[in-house]
Amino acid sequence: MSQRYEIRFSGAGGQGLILAGVIMAEAASIYDGKQAVQSQSYGPEARGGASKSEVIVSDSLIDYPKATVVDALLALTQEACDKYSHDLKEGGVLLIDSDLVTRQPKGNFKVVSFPIINTAKNEVGREIVANIVALGAMVALTGVVSKEGAEKAVLARVPEAFVELNKKAFQMGYDKAIAAK
Amino acid sequence: MAKKVAFLQGNEAGAQGALYAGCKFFAGYPITPSTEVAEVMSAELPKVGGKFIQMEDEIGAMAAVIGGSLAGSKSLTATSGPGLSLKQELIGYACIAEAPVVIFNVMRGGPSTGMPTGPSQSDVMSAKWGTHGDHPAICLVPASVQEIFEETVRAFNLAEKYRTPVMIMPDEIVAHMRERIVFPEPGELEVINRTAPSVPADQYKPYDTKFGDVPPLAAFGSGYRFHVTGLNKAEDGFPTTKAALVQAEEERQVRKVDANIDDIVTFEEYMLDDAEVAIVAFGSTSRSARYAVNEARKAGIKAGLFRIRTFWPFPDKQIKALASKVKAIITPEMNLGMCTIEVRRCAEGKAPVHGIFRVDGEPINPGQILDKIKEVK
Repeated sequence: MSQRYEIRFSGAGGQGLILAGVIMAEAASIYDGKQAVQSQSYGPEARGGASKSEVIVSDSLIDYPKATVVDALLALTQEACDKYSHDLKEGGVLLIDSDLVTRQPKGNFKVVSFPIINTAKNEVGREIVANIVALGAMVALTGVVSKEGAEKAVLARVPEAFVELNKKAFQMGYDKAIAAK
Repeated sequence: MAKKVAFLQGNEAGAQGALYAGCKFFAGYPITPSTEVAEVMSAELPKVGGKFIQMEDEIGAMAAVIGGSLAGSKSLTATSGPGLSLKQELIGYACIAEAPVVIFNVMRGGPSTGMPTGPSQSDVMSAKWGTHGDHPAICLVPASVQEIFEETVRAFNLAEKYRTPVMIMPDEIVAHMRERIVFPEPGELEVINRTAPSVPADQYKPYDTKFGDVPPLAAFGSGYRFHVTGLNKAEDGFPTTKAALVQAEEERQVRKVDANIDDIVTFEEYMLDDAEVAIVAFGSTSRSARYAVNEARKAGIKAGLFRIRTFWPFPDKQIKALASKVKAIITPEMNLGMCTIEVRRCAEGKAPVHGIFRVDGEPINPGQILDKIKEVK
């Protein structure tokens, strides 16, 4: 892959999307040995407001650190989906939370949906790991980082007591995305 | 042994660079988007025997780092936007007292509170003209996480070498983005320390020009005593209004930088050898420009990039030479034309200079630059 691959995680401030982007980029950069840049944009609010985290992955030097045309987009809220889906690439992939994003944008891209937050809350057991469920799903859908690398990057950021919870969240997101594809 | 690598944020890399340079004192007042510098320094300084203090405001923080430096510790403050405005009076004090300090300023929108989380490049004029009076100015504008680390080390080196405040000013995009960084081993990068006095304490004069334009600096607490003031001073540090002394002192202070421009100014040239259109850019905007240059080359347009790494002193002679060999210059920047003014001044009309200005909190994207290249080629 010599081309840039651009991923955007979007939702509301406080949902852990910047962290999800950071982990994806760490997986690419530290564990998979690719080039990666992560950047973010958010409003002045500590919670709420549309927030996005972008990751560029490439085999060669990454100059422009922000997205130009997005290959893969995650939207965890309707507001984020409305605001950040305009530059999704033709043939790209959009992952949405099926409970929270009811109006899907129109375009020539694949839409994958499942109840991401509900999965975290009721199947994994803690809503707080919704970002890791989403990350697992994005790893499965994009194929731009290795599953092993991504899992290592998740676990490197998690305190010992929460390793199992996050492993479960990551795997659940990964499996659900494959099933929903 | 393999070198230590990490996936780090720009601000975090700045703090790590300061520690590498031997910084032992940080005073600041947290402000977005520079806060992570203070966060890392507060965690790391105690581990290396340093001190961290959160002051009551940015003015107090600037005063504290001047004190820290005069007590012999390499000192850092970090701020952004309105914080830089508040520090300006004390930055002038550091200039005239000749206290080596480093100011890490992350550029966000302005004036005033502006757009706290949005990127900007609109503090570059404040870095030179923000404090009143004639004074030396050094300002570095890194464009990557690795470069923030290395340039923070260089900022300390320049501060120590020339006994003057040095600003390092990443824009918000570079400061907040994360990239892989390879940590230099100890000793791999040059670390410069100030020259200590060679004379006994009773013969020491803090501004004794017989040692050159940058007189040795004693540390308070080491047995040397001297007077520090914001007034124009004589060699012994006490105020003077003697015309000849003041004239010579002012000229010497500015000369510390002006006579050493080639030692201080750094830049990067990309695809300029045969270029007909040159982009002059800095910080994150230079990364958009590099992308645009590659796209232009694919389309058969001879474009190139001059990346400014040291904004002050400005690379006058390089820009002048560039202007005489290209057909047009494009200056994209996240402000309303601050770098453009300087480039036009240096170009002396030899090439037209076309600005691309953006102050809406969004980066200048490669497409905007590419469009302009096609327009002016």
